Amino acid sequence: MHLRLTADPIDTNAARRELLDAAAGACVSFEGWVRNFSEGREVTHLEYEAFEALAVREGERVIAEALRRFPIKHALCIHRVGDLALTDMAVWVGVSSAHRGEAFEACRYIIDEIKHRVPIWKKEHYLDGDSGWVNCESCAAAPRHSHAHHGSVE
Amino acid sequence: MQLNVQYYAIMREQAGRSEETVETSAETAADLYAELRLRHRFTLTREQLKVAVNGEFSDWSCRLTVGDAVVFLPPVAGG
Repeated sequence: MHLRLTADPIDTNAARRELLDAAAGACVSFEGWVRNFSEGREVTHLEYEAFEALAVREGERVIAEALRRFPIKHALCIHRVGDLALTDMAVWVGVSSAHRGEAFEACRYIIDEIKHRVPIWKKEHYLDGDSGWVNCESCAAAPRHSHAHHGSVE
Repeated sequence: MQLNVQYYAIMREQAGRSEETVETSAETAADLYAELRLRHRFTLTREQLKVAVNGEFSDWSCRLTVGDAVVFLPPVAGG
């Protein structure tokens, strides 16, 4: 599977090895980290929850699209679920290719599509004791479909 | 007919459970959500959700059949 969910810390060295290819001259990876602020509020920790069967299926489609759209060799995404602390890695995306240009583009494509399409949800816990599901709590009052988001992970 | 409904994230918290068997006369996913929104007082409108039936994205107008597994998907926030 090219998109995996894990409750354990992401082993980036092992993940990177899966991208190795004698014809690859470039590897680009992206790491999403848990940050201590979100839309002006101080964040203390996060929770991720996934609808695993569909997340894996949709993630697989995203990576298949990247492999079709860009001349890359390999691509892989690993996403955490469960409780995460500040500075933890929430997501890792890696792409290998002959040259760096397509690896950068494909990596960007994969993380952007995953954030918008894959059924994974994030709950932010704030310093003041409050908490909320990102993109869900304010929508009842003001529906937003753009999902423009400046939350606690990039 | 009986359906299985699973809840995640904000839907799970508002329903107070992660799944339930529902006896319903709802013909479509849209009808089912309207019924369950009243029962569980979900804050999100149907327009803010997507729906999955038997593990795959579906349409609100899709006709439900006995034993279907239905999931209402709130706005995602992975990454």
